[in-house]
Formats: sequence, C-alpha cells, structure tokens
Amino acid sequence: MDQNLRTAYWRKNLMYLSCLLSIWFLVSYGCGILLADYLNQFKIGGFPLGFWFAQQGAIYVFVILIFIYVWLMNRLDRKFEVDEI
Amino acid sequence: MSIQIWSYLIVGFTFALYIGVAIWARAGSTNDFYVAGGGVHPVMNGMATAADWMSAASFLSMAGLISFMGYDGAQYLMGWTGGYVLLALLLAPYLRKFGQFTVPDFIGERYYTQTARLVAVICALFVSFTYVVGQMKGVGVAFSRFLGVEFGTGVLIGSAIVFFYAVLGGMKGITYTQVAQFCVLIFAFTVPAIFVSLQMVDHPVPQIGMGGNMSDGTALLAKLNQLSVDLGFHEYTKPNKPRIDLFCVTAALMLGTAGLPHVIVRFFTVPKVKDARMSAGWALLFIAILYTTAPAVAAFARTNVITSIDNVDYEQVPKWFNSWEETGLLKFEDKNGDGKIQYYNDQNEAFVNGVANERGWEGNELVTFDRDIIVLASPEIAKLPAWVIALMVAGGLAAALSTAAGLLLVISSSISHDLLKKWLMPKISEKGELRAARIAIAVAVLVAGYAGYNPPDYVAAIVAFAFGLAASSFFPAIILGIFDKRMNMQGAVTGMIVGLVFTASYIIYFKFGGGTPDQYWFEISPEGIGTIGMLVNLVISLIVSRLTPAPPDTVQELVENIRIPRGAGKAVNH
Repeated sequence: MDQNLRTAYWRKNLMYLSCLLSIWFLVSYGCGILLADYLNQFKIGGFPLGFWFAQQGAIYVFVILIFIYVWLMNRLDRKFEVDEI
Repeated sequence: MSIQIWSYLIVGFTFALYIGVAIWARAGSTNDFYVAGGGVHPVMNGMATAADWMSAASFLSMAGLISFMGYDGAQYLMGWTGGYVLLALLLAPYLRKFGQFTVPDFIGERYYTQTARLVAVICALFVSFTYVVGQMKGVGVAFSRFLGVEFGTGVLIGSAIVFFYAVLGGMKGITYTQVAQFCVLIFAFTVPAIFVSLQMVDHPVPQIGMGGNMSDGTALLAKLNQLSVDLGFHEYTKPNKPRIDLFCVTAALMLGTAGLPHVIVRFFTVPKVKDARMSAGWALLFIAILYTTAPAVAAFARTNVITSIDNVDYEQVPKWFNSWEETGLLKFEDKNGDGKIQYYNDQNEAFVNGVANERGWEGNELVTFDRDIIVLASPEIAKLPAWVIALMVAGGLAAALSTAAGLLLVISSSISHDLLKKWLMPKISEKGELRAARIAIAVAVLVAGYAGYNPPDYVAAIVAFAFGLAASSFFPAIILGIFDKRMNMQGAVTGMIVGLVFTASYIIYFKFGGGTPDQYWFEISPEGIGTIGMLVNLVISLIVSRLTPAPPDTVQELVENIRIPRGAGKAVNH
C-alpha cells in the first residue's frame, strides 16, 4: 500500500478517535463528575440530571460510541480498500 | 418446594450444562487452547467477555456498595464500563491484527527485548492471581450460604468444576461455557430487579422505574434523599467524595480495565480485526444490562431497607431480618434499651449532637450490616418465590466461575507460553506446550483453590493493586506501542518500571504502611493513584524514548502493519 494512502487512512482514524473520545470524556468526567452539581438542578424522567449521567446515561453513551466507531471504521476500511476479505 | 431444594435443582442443572458444553468444545491444539482457534463469533465473544468481566463482586457486592455510597457509586459504574470504549477504539483492533496469543507477546515483540516480556509476565501473573483468589472465595461463600455445605467443600466443588472444563477445553471450552454462564447470570440479576421495580414504582424496567413515583405519589429518589438526610447520611443523589478523587478512581478503573490481560486476550479469539471492534461493542452492551440495573437495585433496596426497619420494634421486624441475623451478616444491638431499631449515621457529629441526642439515641444499633445482603436479600425483601432466590445462587456461582476460569487461563498461558515457549524452552513442540499449558492450569486451579480456602486478609486491599498496576504499566506501554512509532525499548521499559514502582509504593504505604487519609496527595486515594501512575509512565516513556535511538526498522514496519486491518489471518504461534 502506498505511503500517502496509509498516512491519509491513519489521519482519518485519529480524527474519528479524537471526536469519539471527546464525547466519551464529556459524558463521564464532564457531566458525571465535574459538572454534576450544576446539572443536578435539572430533571430528566424523575432523575436529577447529573446523577442520571453518572449512574445511567454515561453507560448508554459508551455503548453507542463503540457501535458508531465500528460503523465509521468499516466504511473507512472499505473506502481505502484495507478491509479483510 | 423449599429454597434449598430449588437451589440444588437449579445449580445442579447449570453445572451439568457447563460440563456438557465443555465436552463439546474440547481443545485440540495450542491455538484452540489459548485463543479458541480464533474462530469465535463476535456476539458469542461479547457474551463470553461480559461473563468473564462480571465477577462475583459485580454480581453480589456492587449494588450493595452503591446503595451505601449513593452518587459516588458511579465511580464503579462508569469505571468498569468506560474502559471498553478505550479497548474498542485504542487497543482491540490493533492487538488482533498483531495476532499472537498474549499481552506479554505484544510487549516482548514490540519492544524487542526479553526484559520487557518478563516485566509484563510478572504483572500479568500478579494481577490475575490477585483476582482469582477473590473469585474462589466467592464460590465458597455462595455454596456455604445457600446449599448448606461447608465453606471448604464449596471451594472444592467449585475448583473441581473449573478444573474440568478449563484443563480439558482451554480457551475454547472456557469461552463457550462463559456464554452459558452469561445467560444464567444476567437472567438471575434482572428477573428479581424487574419484580422489585414493579412492586415499588409499578414500572417493569428498573432503569426507568428508578426515576418513577412510589404508590404514595412521591418520587422514589426524592424520598430516598429525604430518608437519608433524616438519618444523618448525605443526600443520595449528590456527590460526596472530593471531586478529584472521584475523577481519579473512575479513571484508574477505566484505564485498568483496558490494561487487564484477561480482558485483552479476549480480542485475540475472533476471526478478523472488524470482529474485534464489533465484539467490544457487544461485550459492553451485555455488561451494560447488569451495570444499568445495579444502580436501580441499589436505590430500591436502600429505600426498602430503611423504611422497613427504621425505628421499628425489634419484635416486629420482617422475617428476612431474622434469617440474615442468623448468618452473622446483620447484627442488632439495642444500645439505648428501647426495644426499637435505630439505624443512622453515628459518624456525623452534627447529627449525633443534635437530632440523635434529642431523641435519646445512643449509637447506630445495626452494628453489622454487610453490603452483600442488599443483592442477596432483595428477592426475600420483595417476597418473591423460592425459585427466584435459587436463581440468584446459580447466578452468583456463574459470575464467580466464569471470571475464575478466564483468569486461570491467563495464568497458565503466561507460564506455558510466555515463560516456557518464549523464554526457557523455545524448542518445545506444540504437543509439549499444550501439555505444559494443561499442567499449568491444573496447578493454578489447585493453588487458587487453596488460597480461596485460606484467603489472605489483604485480598480486598489488593484489588486496588490489580487495577492500579494494569493502568500504570500495561495501558501506556500498549497504547504507545501502537500510536507512537518512535517509542523504543528504553522508553517503554523505563516508563513501565517507574509507573509500577510509583503506584505500588503509594498503595503499599497507605494500605499496609500505616498511612492515613489526611496524608493523601491532593486527596487522591490509593484506588485512584493508578491514574497518576499512568500519566507518570506516559511522560517518562516519551522523554526517554526521544533521548535514545529509534527502534529498529523491523519494529517500525510492525507498527505500520498493525495499523492496517487487511491480512490479519489467524492468531499464530510464531
């Protein structure tokens, strides 16, 4: 595989990673810990919002993030023709 | 039928199932034995990973811990799930492409030295062994409490079952047994939770019901906050610990999860890189079922326990109270002699000097209140039928056995593959290696069973070790090995050693060396220090690697190669 293509593929991968990991950080450490007191004044379905993120929401987002990553990478692999046959 | 008979029936049935599966999935080669032939379907692998991950502690103790900690319990919930995002995005696909059997394999090849491999083997052995002792103890406890057998006999039966399918089937047998164990444990955890949720808030989904209203119209969480404050505890839905400690503990558990060898090795068992990513997703989905139900169980149980015993006449306590008193896990002592149970926070000085004094309370009268009761007693408290309670027993055993088996495999492969094949006896034949692996796993079962029977007192304290060490040694070494092509042996080895020594000394000082919480650095507890150890490792590795020569071309090619999915092939014995 050509070196330029390799670099382009890897760049794109790193971009996906930084976007997804920012969301990962935001929902868990952000909403669940650092902003907890502020968010707790709002309510979602009977839960104080900060508490909901810490004990429920963050986990749901984690699961969704992985499946989004799988989808993005499968598409990227096909585009750069590095998917396994 | 009585609980006892139901328990024998259900536990007997599940054990027969595990043995049947193990005979069906025997291992014929080292490839089968270490990585299940590399042909496990991602969904199956997800279930097996989930069962492997969720231990006796997740099943029995976690909800109880959360119900006492309230908001702060989130450190376990997020910490033990968030690491899978790191695994899926940063580790699993690349390690699958690398395509060998163990984590020390990767460290050894990538950093082209036996020293690195040896450091990795020692860490892997230490981490896995710490963990497995707790599991064997859990098996003994579950047996002795519910089946009326001696604690020691319980450990013995558990060891015999694991021995049978781990020695026979290796990773292949373990993986397919774990799929069965996952189904048992998740069913056993959710069914009682659904019943309790229906009773308390009239909603069948505990995750949603937790935010619902009780029959008297008050919101469950609001009521729980009120009950807690009235008894001198902190508000349930508000964080209580120093925020920095909550942050560091959560991070240490996440980073540790992503660095634990028995979790990582799971992703060597699927056919393709694509499947490694996918199966991390499935694993987390299956884990999330339990991890989002647990906080609901915790909140329901906390409310239920407080309302059913607070200031109640001892003569009129519910039946479950007496049956748990018999086990010694719950103990009432009438300190002020009024014949009623006063359960409150007697560490809260303002509350003790104010409200408690006024009411003539002379100390918390539930002198023993074991947290494990919360999960085990919740079917009884909710008055569910005997078979549901029996199901909990089978679930607890499934959780303990599946985790123990996965760990024993890591121990045996560290010995037969990393130490013998890759270091001491490189000329050993595949047949010889397979035999060595079986002997190693047999010895490991015996040692773990013995240690589980006579658990050292410090088992609970060294769990912090397992995660702290995995976070501060493996995690940065693997990440840098993949994402930093310039990372060399000097950088990685120095980083691992400094990270390890730093984290280990902090933990040892505070857990065994008589350090007190007011001496914590920036209020970070030993459970959270792995996060700082990880950062120290990362910085040191980067600095040292830039001051020393670049890694050889072959290693740089290896890194280029693992970044591209195509051409993964089966895991092979190089």
